[in-house]
Amino acid sequence: MSVLLEIQGLHKRFDATEVLKGVDCSVAQGEVVSIIGSSGSGKTTLLRCINMLEDFQDGRILLDGEEIGYDTRDGRRRRKPEREIARQRALTGMAFQQFNLFPHLTAAGNVMLGLIKTKRMAKEAAHQLALHWLERVGLADRADRYPGQLSGGQQQRVAIARAIAMQPKLMLFDEVTSALDPELVGEVLQVIKGLAADGMTMILVTHEMRFAFEVSSRVIFMNGGVIGEEGDPKTMFVAPKTERLAEFLKTSSFN
Amino acid sequence: MGYTLNFAAVWRGLEQLLQGLALSLALAIAAILIGAVLGLALAFALKSKSPWFNRPATVYVTIIRNLPILVLILFAYFALPQMGIALGKIESFVATLAIYSTAYLAEVFRAGLQTIPRGLTEAGLAIGLTNGQIRRSIIIPLMLRNALPSLSSTLISLFKDTSLAAAISVPELTFEARKINVETFRVIETWIVASMLYVATCSVIAALLRIVERRLAIPR
Repeated sequence: MSVLLEIQGLHKRFDATEVLKGVDCSVAQGEVVSIIGSSGSGKTTLLRCINMLEDFQDGRILLDGEEIGYDTRDGRRRRKPEREIARQRALTGMAFQQFNLFPHLTAAGNVMLGLIKTKRMAKEAAHQLALHWLERVGLADRADRYPGQLSGGQQQRVAIARAIAMQPKLMLFDEVTSALDPELVGEVLQVIKGLAADGMTMILVTHEMRFAFEVSSRVIFMNGGVIGEEGDPKTMFVAPKTERLAEFLKTSSFN
Repeated sequence: MGYTLNFAAVWRGLEQLLQGLALSLALAIAAILIGAVLGLALAFALKSKSPWFNRPATVYVTIIRNLPILVLILFAYFALPQMGIALGKIESFVATLAIYSTAYLAEVFRAGLQTIPRGLTEAGLAIGLTNGQIRRSIIIPLMLRNALPSLSSTLISLFKDTSLAAAISVPELTFEARKINVETFRVIETWIVASMLYVATCSVIAALLRIVERRLAIPR
C-alpha cells in the first residue's frame, strides 16, 4: 500500500526539554496505528506535530508527499505562512481528549463551521452534510442540541463528526476516551471502529490497550521521546521484544 | 425650612433637559463605539504573549485607569490646543471618553477572554480555520457572553461620566440642568428631575442589556 504519512528525524523541544529525540516512522494508506506509552513519552506531542498544533525544531513530516509546516530553501528552514499551514491542517482531522466543541454552536453548527469557513460551502449544503455525518456517528436526532445538553460520549462523537466531515486524509485521535465515564467509552470506540472498517487512515494515542489490540494494524510504543518498539499488535502485546515495553504492559490495563 | 416645592418652572424646561439627555446618550454611544473597537484590539494585545503588544497595552490601561476622567477632559480641552491640537467641545469630549472607555472596556473584554479554554482555538485550527476566523467565529462570541454582566455596569458608568462634559460647557443633561437651576432658582426641583432622568435612562440601559444577555445565553 502507498505511504500516506512519512516522519523523518523529528525533534521537538519545549525550551530546554527535548520531548521528541528523533522519531522516524511512516503510515500507509488505510492503516490504523495506535501509539502507546507512559505519560511524558512524547506520544501526544508526536500527534500534535503532525497537524502543526506544535512547532518542531528539526525533521520533516510528509503527508501524501507534501511537506507539513516548514519549507527548506537555500539550506534555511522556514515556517510556512499561516494560511498555508491552515490549509494543511485541514488535510488531517483531529479529535481531542477534552472534545473541545464550540459551546455556543449546536452539534450541527459545530460540524458546519469548518465546511463553511474552510471549504467555503454554502450554508444549506453544509447543513445537509453536517446532518449526514451526525447520522454517521448516531446523533442525527441531536443535531440541534448544544454541547452543554449532550453527554460526554455524545460530545466526543460530535467532535469526531466535525473532524471527518472535512474529509481528511488522516484522522488523529488524542486520548479520546480518557475524559469519559467508563460506561460512555464504548459508544466512542464503536464509532472509531466503524471508521477503521471504512478504510480511514488513523493514528490513535490511547490508554485503551484492549482497544488498541483489537483495532490497530500496527502499534508504536513511545519511550523517552523515541520509538521504543513497533510492530503488529499481536506480537507487541503477547511477546514484547524490549524490557521497557514488557514493563509498560504490566502496569497498563491490558492483561 | 420655608421652601415650597414647585415643579412648574422645571416642567417648562423639560424639553431642554430631554435635549440634554439626548446629547448625553449620543456622546456615550459615540465614545463607547470607538472604545469598544479599540478596547477589543487592546484586550487581545493585553493577552498577547509578545511583549511588543502586551507591554504598551498594559502601560496604556494602567495610566488611563489611574487618571481621574475630569483631569483627562480638562487636559484634552484646555492643554491640547496649546500643543496645536484644537478640537471643538463635543469632539474633544467624545475623544476623551473614547480613550477612557477603551481602557475600561479592554479590561472587561480581557476578563471575558480569560476563561475561554485554549482547546477551542486548537479545535478551530484543526479544522483549518485561520487565527482571524477563530477570533471572529469562536473567541469573540464567547468572550461577549462572558463579559456581558460586567459590561453592563461599565457601560452605565461610562454613560454617567458624560455628566462631566458640563465642565467644558457641552450642553448635555447636567449642563442644561445647571442652566435651568440658575435661571429659575428652583434648585431642589431641578436636580430631582435631572437625577430621575439619569436613573431612568440607566435602568433602561440595564434592562436592554439583560435582554441581550438572555437572548445570547447558551442553552444547557
